[in-house]
Amino acid sequence: MIKKIIKNSYLTLMVLFLYVPMFTLIILSFNKSRSRATWGGFSLNWYKEMLNDKAIMNALWNTILIALISSVIAVVIGTLASLAISKMKRRRKSFYLGITNIPMLNADIVTGISLLLSFIAFGISLGFKTILLAHITFNLPYVILSILPKLAKDEQSLQDAALDLGASEVEAFFKVTLPDIMPGVLSGFLLAFTMSLDDFIITYFTKGAGINTLSTLIYSQTKRGVKPSIYALSTIIFLLVFIILVLLNFFQNKKKEKVLK
Amino acid sequence: MENLLISLENISKSFDGDLVLDELKLDIKENSFVTLLGPSGCGKTTTLRIIGGFITADKGRVIFDGNDITTLSPNKRQLNTVFQKYALFPHMNVFENIAFGLRIKKKNEQYIRDKISYALKLVNLDGFEKRDVTSLSGGQQQRIAIARAIVNEPRLLLLDEPLGALDLKLRQEMQYELIRLKKELGITFIYVTHDQEEALTMSDTIVVMNQGYIQQMGSPEQIYNEPENAFVATFIGDSNIVPGKMIEDYCVEIFGSKFKCIDKGFGKNKPVDVVIRPEDVDIIDINSEKTLLKGVMTGAIFKGEMYEMECKTYDGFEWLIHSTDYVEKGKEVGIFVEPENIQIMNKPSSEDERALEIDV
Repeated sequence: MIKKIIKNSYLTLMVLFLYVPMFTLIILSFNKSRSRATWGGFSLNWYKEMLNDKAIMNALWNTILIALISSVIAVVIGTLASLAISKMKRRRKSFYLGITNIPMLNADIVTGISLLLSFIAFGISLGFKTILLAHITFNLPYVILSILPKLAKDEQSLQDAALDLGASEVEAFFKVTLPDIMPGVLSGFLLAFTMSLDDFIITYFTKGAGINTLSTLIYSQTKRGVKPSIYALSTIIFLLVFIILVLLNFFQNKKKEKVLK
Repeated sequence: MENLLISLENISKSFDGDLVLDELKLDIKENSFVTLLGPSGCGKTTTLRIIGGFITADKGRVIFDGNDITTLSPNKRQLNTVFQKYALFPHMNVFENIAFGLRIKKKNEQYIRDKISYALKLVNLDGFEKRDVTSLSGGQQQRIAIARAIVNEPRLLLLDEPLGALDLKLRQEMQYELIRLKKELGITFIYVTHDQEEALTMSDTIVVMNQGYIQQMGSPEQIYNEPENAFVATFIGDSNIVPGKMIEDYCVEIFGSKFKCIDKGFGKNKPVDVVIRPEDVDIIDINSEKTLLKGVMTGAIFKGEMYEMECKTYDGFEWLIHSTDYVEKGKEVGIFVEPENIQIMNKPSSEDERALEIDV
């Protein structure tokens, strides 16, 4: 009995600890008053202001575009890489897996600075495309990690079976291999999308002047004092990520995907 | 029609420098049930995969119905495979799995439906169309894999240890099922297994392989009753292999006693190996005039359908004997073997041949 109470209160505390700040933010985004301490009534003013703020809308557009393009490209490269890695012999496999895992463990600041240095070294001017390249780079390992386990050990025999039944290699890939690993591909995509969406450090180092994503925009604004329209924006980002994570869970839990044609 | 369907001409294949198949020659007639039998690593699966087109031979040619298909890709070959672990497509239901090959060939829906319902009836899984393949038992998955292969009307069906993952009872059931299917479909089966009983039950031709060589090819009766060398004799069932000397035609000397036999043409006083199956060793009264060797019973195990017993003859050889009649341990007995149950083999002549036979 006591054990149960302790268990439950622990859980409640934890959830509160995690979500009270989020809810404070969400509530404040609807606050009519500019003050952070007083409640001036419900209003959607800050959302309106946010929508009218060119800088915010630009940053939002950049963020979504970069997240979308980088995760699509990372998924394509990651799928091909996973297929190749899964066919490797044990030694080479663990070598390549190690190589792909290191960037993930690497501190973002290190990744950010080294990307910045290499862009400069190769004479690539900083801007939209460098952010995109950087995001593809750090997304790739996550994609590979979510696809690789879906490539069953008997993937080769599935492919053989498809060939045996008259399919060409391309048909075998699109009709057998891809649908089979689709849950992994989708969760890899969503994971990459969220990672890209909320990245700050790497973007900050690789963005150059004149372009902002949401995270870098918010950061630059905090120096001048946060406007409540940023609360509204943060609320939207939170909800977006939340929805994606729910979807992600859904795909990962769902063992098999119905035929995707 | 007994025409040749597939010929392997001097096929060699090595993996990472290990020679797996060495100048293999094999002719398979249309409408036969051929089993490639051997221990793991003998090259039987490699042979099957070369026929299927999943690996290409380093040397030699594969001739299918008169055409050279050595380098033809698997999707262009008129044959289908039932894979060891079924390899059913997990994201498709039973219907879609079986339909796969037909859809690739762009058959119309009506044709596909008819074919599938026929195939499911054939494998006794009528009405399973909408089932999820992962919800099926091993035996059912195996049947679906067979159905998926045969709807394409192949001229040759390759089966790669298809019963390996099933339990004994189911395996025996499926053996009869496969024999029935073979009869109803009238297509050629090439079956790979390491299970000698499976091979003896189902096939009309057995190819015994070891270390990349064909050791013997023949009907199950020939393989069992007239093994050509010690490897075949020990791999196919239990056997007593004893050194002997061919005194003259129809007479072989074993441990100093003369046994009548039905083999000839070995020459006079030629050392040979003699194979005697455990069920062919008769235990008789020690004082009987038929007694050829004398010994004492050293053990017996009840095996269900018979007793497996051991008898040590005075020359020191331990005979393995299968019989339904129990003889108690310690009893002194005589041993007799009917002439037609004695199989004479040449002793391995070269080092090479001997090397082949060691790894049993």
